[in-house]
Amino acid sequence: MENKRTCLYDKHVALGALISPFGGFDMPIQYTNIVDEHNAVRKACGIFDVSHMGEVLVTGAESEAFVNYIFTNDIKDAPDGKIFYGMMCHPTGGVVDDLLVYKMEPQRYFLVINASNIDKDVAWIMEQSKKFDVVVENQSEKYGEVAVQGPKTEEIVERILGIECSDLTFYTCKEVECNGETIIISRTGYTGEDGFEIYASHAFTNEVWDKLVGSGEVKPCGLGCRDTLRFEVGLPLYGDELTDEITPLEAGLGMFAKLDKDFIGRDALAAQKAEGLKRKIVGIELKDKAIPRHGYEVEADGKVIGVVTTGYNSISTGKSVCMAMLDIEYTKLDTEVAVRIRKKVFPGVVTKKRFYDKNYKK
Amino acid sequence: MSTILEGLYYAESHEYVKVEGEYGYVGITDYAQHELGNVVYVDMPDVDDEVTAGEDFGAVESVKAASDLISPVSGTVVEVNEALNDNPELVNSDPYANWIIKVQLSDPSEVENLMDADAYKAAIGE
Repeated sequence: MENKRTCLYDKHVALGALISPFGGFDMPIQYTNIVDEHNAVRKACGIFDVSHMGEVLVTGAESEAFVNYIFTNDIKDAPDGKIFYGMMCHPTGGVVDDLLVYKMEPQRYFLVINASNIDKDVAWIMEQSKKFDVVVENQSEKYGEVAVQGPKTEEIVERILGIECSDLTFYTCKEVECNGETIIISRTGYTGEDGFEIYASHAFTNEVWDKLVGSGEVKPCGLGCRDTLRFEVGLPLYGDELTDEITPLEAGLGMFAKLDKDFIGRDALAAQKAEGLKRKIVGIELKDKAIPRHGYEVEADGKVIGVVTTGYNSISTGKSVCMAMLDIEYTKLDTEVAVRIRKKVFPGVVTKKRFYDKNYKK
Repeated sequence: MSTILEGLYYAESHEYVKVEGEYGYVGITDYAQHELGNVVYVDMPDVDDEVTAGEDFGAVESVKAASDLISPVSGTVVEVNEALNDNPELVNSDPYANWIIKVQLSDPSEVENLMDADAYKAAIGE
């Protein structure tokens, strides 16, 4: 099957981007190189085409109860414009997807899901919605989305796009009238830096891209550095740190699973918590510069005790680090473990899975 | 446009060997370093290790991927480029000056199985 293309695809080609498949789309991995793009976001401002992300609108009388039933975080009585991060779980506690829920109005919720999971998620949400008085609408094709990220973003968005955003606090959103259409802007992102995400028509998304990239102040950034940026601050990627078989508790995301309310998978998670985890995702820092990558085995005491979920030579710190799912008895900080990289075994120690401090404006 | 030097021998897997007497200097081509992007680690063999033409002897790691190094020649490693331990990015800045291993060739005629500069240029479509 042919990959889909986002509404900004022609821009990426014109910029000479390296294009690779991701989540069913042909996406830009890098324009110049990952290191320069990564550093632009840490130090100034970068723009990502994230139009591949899926959007699902839930409306109707029981929309709050419904979203709270399929979502691990608790959205009850939230103010309009509030955004929540959390997961949808299977009854087993394994994760269907991680997502953002935007509360637009009391009976209107905007769900942002991973590109690779759009078909699975929409089918799942539709199936669960049958018992509720709600309307579920897959709007993924309708929206383009860009993420503008980095410490200079707020000033640049206000000056170049003329969209006021300094009034938005972390994890809030608002709707704005632009060129006769209603766009959504939120103070969110996936880089560990301050920034905004803008959801709009394909035409307006192209306009935003052209204005920001054309200004010369905003660097086009590909999915390559999106991954290195999110990794350094310990954010999970579905498919690596989260899967149908990994629970939020094992991924270290228990704070986003509110066990004091009812939701699909709640009982399994409560039972897992009561019994104690058997495995958990931690960080590992290697002494050498060899790079632990997804799928590499982690060893200790002469046996395999886990597997790397994501790893890099961290661009911001220069250290070779990874997140890895380890047997629980090896997850204490400073435990000595080793990662098998090709024919050699490289020693390291267990660390926190945040390798670089977030720089959010709250 | 990639830099391709005359007088070197090239493998389909984008390593080169520069022959001087009984020794061969093995590295990756300019085309390969460009495709890889920022090199952050070079996994090299030890001195006295044997390498075999067509078999891997290490890896070059960029930010996004690890790429096996396939030896274009057979022989014994007599030197590794220690500078790459601290400055792996030298492979990006000048891949021909910054060879990876120096091999004492066990069969110098093996280079006849490799491409010359013109053939390699055609192979990468330039």
